[in-house]
Parts: sequence; structure tokens; C-alpha cells
Amino acid sequence: MENNLTVAAEQTAPPKKRKIRGIKRSAFAFPYLALSIVFVIVPLFIMLYYAFTDGATGGFTGANFVHFFSRPNIMAVMGKSFLVALLTTVLCLILAYPLALALSSSALNKKFIIVMLFVLPMWINSLLRTYAIKIVLYMMNITNAWVAVTIGMVYDFFPFMLLPLYSVVSGMDKSLIEASQDLGASPLKTLIKVRIPLSLPGIISGILMVFMPTVSTFAITDVLGDTSTYMFGNIINQWFRNSGGWNIGSAYSFILLILIAATVLLANKLTKGKTEIGGVL
Amino acid sequence: MSKNVKSGLIWAFVGVMLAVMYIPILILIIYSFTGAKAMGVWSGFSFELYADLFTNESIMNAFKNSLVLALVSSLLSTVLGTTAAVGIFYMRKWKKSTANFIANITMENAEIVTGVTFMMFFLALRLPYGWTTLIIAHTMITTPYVILSVTPKLSQLNPNLYEAGLDLGASPVRSMLTVIVPQLIPGMLSGFVMAFALSLDDFIVSKFVNGSVETIPVYLYNALAKRGADPTLRALSSILFVAVLAVLIALNVISAKRKARNIVK
Repeated sequence: MENNLTVAAEQTAPPKKRKIRGIKRSAFAFPYLALSIVFVIVPLFIMLYYAFTDGATGGFTGANFVHFFSRPNIMAVMGKSFLVALLTTVLCLILAYPLALALSSSALNKKFIIVMLFVLPMWINSLLRTYAIKIVLYMMNITNAWVAVTIGMVYDFFPFMLLPLYSVVSGMDKSLIEASQDLGASPLKTLIKVRIPLSLPGIISGILMVFMPTVSTFAITDVLGDTSTYMFGNIINQWFRNSGGWNIGSAYSFILLILIAATVLLANKLTKGKTEIGGVL
Repeated sequence: MSKNVKSGLIWAFVGVMLAVMYIPILILIIYSFTGAKAMGVWSGFSFELYADLFTNESIMNAFKNSLVLALVSSLLSTVLGTTAAVGIFYMRKWKKSTANFIANITMENAEIVTGVTFMMFFLALRLPYGWTTLIIAHTMITTPYVILSVTPKLSQLNPNLYEAGLDLGASPVRSMLTVIVPQLIPGMLSGFVMAFALSLDDFIVSKFVNGSVETIPVYLYNALAKRGADPTLRALSSILFVAVLAVLIALNVISAKRKARNIVK
């Protein structure tokens, strides 16, 4: 106890000279930050450069973006890919929320091993899981490509929805739920008025962890779908296959980047940066 | 509804969900023990696919590549991530938030965008795709996760120990290595494991910068994206499933036991 007090006192004391023999402690971050600027930020600007230049002449142009917004068939593909991603997210949410409630209910008593079994597949390569579901779809004779792709994506991304939901639901203050019941609310009303609002941060981060990866996937659709099942990721992948498409591909990547930045900002605002994905692994 | 019925229903629901999750994997494993070319066909029990797998040179080569790449890049990212975590931890205000923002870029960005930016950048550098580009890319995408696992350990440190080392005559690097690093080892280890796992798992970024070097996930993607996937993949996938699940369960059980012991203490 005494020890803690002295530590606290020292911490509140005015900062000593932080620079000793010419090296600040913060300087230890320089190697990584310098490498990040070279290998992460500069490449983003190269993408920007490609996105705003003409592949043939090298001149500045906005045509790559016009290309995206002026083609009705591309807009249709995009619309469909967002719809499928939305459907996948909603299905994951509908399945994962009751499961999160069940896993944290007294009947299961937060049994660690069972929660773990649900979350573990997150760490298994999604290609492997996609391959496993492909065999099942084949055996069940599901031939519609969009149906197959949607089932595959729900199967692949389900743990990413469950984990944040489980961590908010299991960490919820039980006395609030009891209070709601004591005050005469039906279980359904308690769910809508108490449980769901309290689990909002988890719901938001679950949606983020499913929706954006779904939109930008290309592997799941490559494995389970056909040439009609294109997600945003497939379109980008397609443009980068030959070097002539890099300018348009960069414009598309840039649009995806903006979308991601917008959703991350929105989510941070909605959850006030409080979401924490903890728990198993 | 009596309490027993209710908890029975909850168990049933959880059981069904668990079955849905694991039955596809089980089916895949079962069908890895038959030599049939087509999916979902049983042509008698055999180890044929496993024999094929271990004599398949490109798969064995991909295994080796994956392990070497994961080891090299996760060692690099552990060093880079630990020093970065220390530096960022002692930064103030805008410097800290800028540094955190930079570290977040690859984590938040879609992997396909990260992949194509690396691809264009390495071409601009005239750096041929292959081992070098793979190691750079994997190190850069896994380092933020090392930072994430080291930072919590830093906040448990006594801030004056490093300076005490300096006052007693150690150089900054020596003070870092002998005073700070030993206390960060648990965080560094979990960061290393995470970086290793992420590197083994990655195929989106790898696919854009791998040149002729094939890793296991890249091999899987190339094989699966083609129609009529090679049946050997069933054996390969089964082995990977079992190996990954076994490692994960062991890690989790160990950490849960350790946690339980700490609580008892």
C-alpha cells in the first residue's frame, strides 16, 4: 500500500527531464513509424496517384471515378453486393444475438469451453471453412450461386458477430434486467427496452466486423459462386489482374477506403470509442 | 415454463448451433479418408489422399514457405512492435494520436486495398515480388497487433525504472533491454503468437505480392478458385483444421487455468 502511494506521488510530480543523453523514450517508436510512412502511407498515395491518372497517357484525370458512377451494370453489381452483405450481416445478427443471450444465461453459466468452441473458428483460415461449407452445399444440392455465397458468408463471418455481442451481453449488469422484471415488464419488453439498448456497442462492432469484410471479399465468392456473384472485392481483384486496369482498380479501391473510413468514424462516434472486444483469445 | 424446460431449450439451441458450426468440418474430415475424386462420394476407406498429400512437392514446399515466412515476419514484427509500443506509450497529445492512427491503418483497412497498395508500391520501387516483398508486407500488417498486446503491459510498469537504469549509468538501449523488456515478455510473447498466426493465415495481401513463392493459403486459394478442386485438398484441409483447433484449444485452456490460478492467489 505504501509502495503504491509513493509511486502515485512520483507520477504526479512534475515530469523530470524526459530527454536523457539525447534520446527520448518516445524515439523508440521511430523505426516503426518511419517504416509505416514508407510502406503503408506512401503506397496509399501511390494508389491515389493511379486513381487520378490516365493509364495510357499518364495525365491527370477524373475519368476513373466517372467510370465507376456512369456504368449502370457496375452500379447494379455494387448494389447487389451491398444487398448481399447487408443480408449476411442481418442473418448473422439474428442468429448470434439469441446465442449470445443463451451463452450468458444461467443455464449455461458462461461455460468457458462452449463459448470458446464458437469463437475458435475465427482463427481458422476462412478458405478452409469455405471449402468445408462448399462440400455441405454440394451434398444438399444447393445450386443457386447467390444462395450458396450468402450461406457461406454467414457461416464464415458468424464468429465475428458473436464475439462482440457475447462480450457486451455477458458483461451486462444483471441487476438492471432484474429491475426491469421487478417493475413488471414482460421478458419481451425487457429485451427491447433494456437488453438491446445496453448491447448496442457490441451490435455496432459486430455489424462492422461482418459488413465490411463481406463487401470486400473476393475469395468466398470465387470459391462458392460463379461469374454472376461479384462483390466489391471481386471487382477490384478483377481490375488488378492485368496491369492495364490498375488506374480504374485504384479508383475503386479508393472508394472502398473512403467507405471504410466513414464506417469506422461513424462507429467510433456511436460507441464513443468504448467498444472493447475482449474475452476468449 | 418451468426452469428445467427453459434451460433444456437453451441447451438444445446452443447444441444445434454448435452442430451447424462443426458438422461441415466433420464431413470434410470424414471424406478425407476416401479416395473419390468427386465431392461427397464415398468410395471406401483409404489413406490415399494423405499419401498423395505428403508426396505432393508443391504442397510440402508451400508448408515450408508458410512457416519460414511466418517465423521471420513475426520475429521482425515483435521487435518492431515492442519498440513502437514503448515509444508510443511515452508520447503525448497529438503525437500519440497520430502514431496510433498510423498503426491503425492496416488493421482497419480492407485487406484487398492493403494488398493492392503494396503491389503498386513494390512495382514503383522496382522490387521484384517474392520473399522480400512478402516479408515486408507481413511484418507491416502484423506489427500493429504486437503493439496492441504489448501496450497493456506497459501501463503496468513503474515509469521510473527506465530512468533509474539511466541514472545508474546504463545507455538508453541497455536500459531498455535489461529493465523494460523483461517485464514486457508476456505481452511480447502473445504478440508474437498473434503475428505468427496472422501471417500463417493471410492470403489476400500475400496473393498480390508473392511472385512465385507459394504459401499454404495462397496454394489453397489458387486450387479452390479453380473448378473441381483437387481431392488432395480434403486431406490438407483436415490436417490444418485439426492442427489449428488443437493448438487453439490448448492455448485457451492453459490461459484459462493460469487466470483461475491468479484469481485463487
